[in-house]
Amino acid sequence: MKFYYYPGCTLSTKAKELDICARLSAQALGIELVEIENWQCCGAVYPLGTDVIAQKLPSIRALKTAAQANIPLVTMCSACHHVLKRVNNDAIVSKEFRDTIARFDPDLAYDGSAKVLHYFEVLRDYVGFDKIREKIVNPMTSVKIGAYYGCMLLRPSGVMAFDDAENPTIIEDFINAIGATPIKYAMRNECCGGYISLAQPEKAAKMCNNILANVQSSGAEMLITACPLCAYNVGKQSNVNIEYFTKILAQALGLEVEQNA
Amino acid sequence: MHNLNAYRPQQMEMLSGTDINKCMKCGRCSAACPSAADMDIMPHQFVSYLARGDVDSLLNSNSLWQCLSCFACVQRCPRGVMPANLIEAARLMAIRPKGQEHLTIEEASAMLEPDMPQQLIIAAFRKYL
Ligand code: SF4
Ligand code: SF4
Repeated sequence: MKFYYYPGCTLSTKAKELDICARLSAQALGIELVEIENWQCCGAVYPLGTDVIAQKLPSIRALKTAAQANIPLVTMCSACHHVLKRVNNDAIVSKEFRDTIARFDPDLAYDGSAKVLHYFEVLRDYVGFDKIREKIVNPMTSVKIGAYYGCMLLRPSGVMAFDDAENPTIIEDFINAIGATPIKYAMRNECCGGYISLAQPEKAAKMCNNILANVQSSGAEMLITACPLCAYNVGKQSNVNIEYFTKILAQALGLEVEQNA
Repeated sequence: MHNLNAYRPQQMEMLSGTDINKCMKCGRCSAACPSAADMDIMPHQFVSYLARGDVDSLLNSNSLWQCLSCFACVQRCPRGVMPANLIEAARLMAIRPKGQEHLTIEEASAMLEPDMPQQLIIAAFRKYL
């Protein structure tokens, strides 16, 4: 099973653990992750303005490479996944967008035919959660884990096609597969405040504390996330442990995760 | 001479890619919005302000700096109106004129903390300047 891998800016820097544990776990599960050459930062937020073209070109370059090789493109980061899927959708639905890209640079002409996946989708749909369950050597039995979906994985669901935006199950199913106990809490798909924590950290803190109060009353002992920004905003409040899902996966698979990764 | 300002409502609607005529004023977008309490103009009101051509109020609204792009409003709207895209269109029209960025590069840089993930820094810079 070969996939192109788009790490993105944060996984090469502040969220190395998310990256390293993804690569380790992929190896153990028979998934070949080939880092896509010359990838550029996706821009972290999907540009909503209909006239914005240049900010979408980094995504187009990666998408086109994957489409030409007919190899699915996989990401770990909620934001990269969000941006790549939405830009790909623009290429699928808008002839005007495709034409503008082709006029800007004929070498970038792109038809939207790449398959974009989040690693969670690879684990569910290509490996299979039951296959993962068979390979678990350190089941986190009795650990109660809350899935923190946040916003970017799920919405808008028509484009993301990741899971049911109001009642998702994919991360809970993943938690089950690694032998732990998933805890559902109402605010698992609420926003952590996102980039607001640059200019208004007190607002992000308030939003995260609301979510964390809900987590604590649900009995969850730990949260898992795919998003470095959720990990940062929630982690700042630090009354509940929040970990990257790939780290928990690598540990459950019995892999040696180097410290200070 | 045409008054270019007269085209701004159209410009905002085009930039948002959304059709405000589809709105049925149910308010579900604002009910879903985690930032509505901090906004002077709430997501559902963006539609009505734009419908009556009051672009000035939208460009000066603090909502532009409170919206998180979390897409709860887009997800919950039963009519496919995409209020987040309207707010983004207003935000872009507010910051695009020369010297009108919400934060200068110096101001934004002064807010950086060593442990901030790149994702946060890039996203914020995209939104404010
Ligand atoms: S995208 Fe903005 S307006 Fe819409 S729900 Fe989120 S914060 Fe509110
Ligand atoms: S949810 Fe949609 S239809 Fe209802 S008020 Fe908001 S924009 Fe209008």
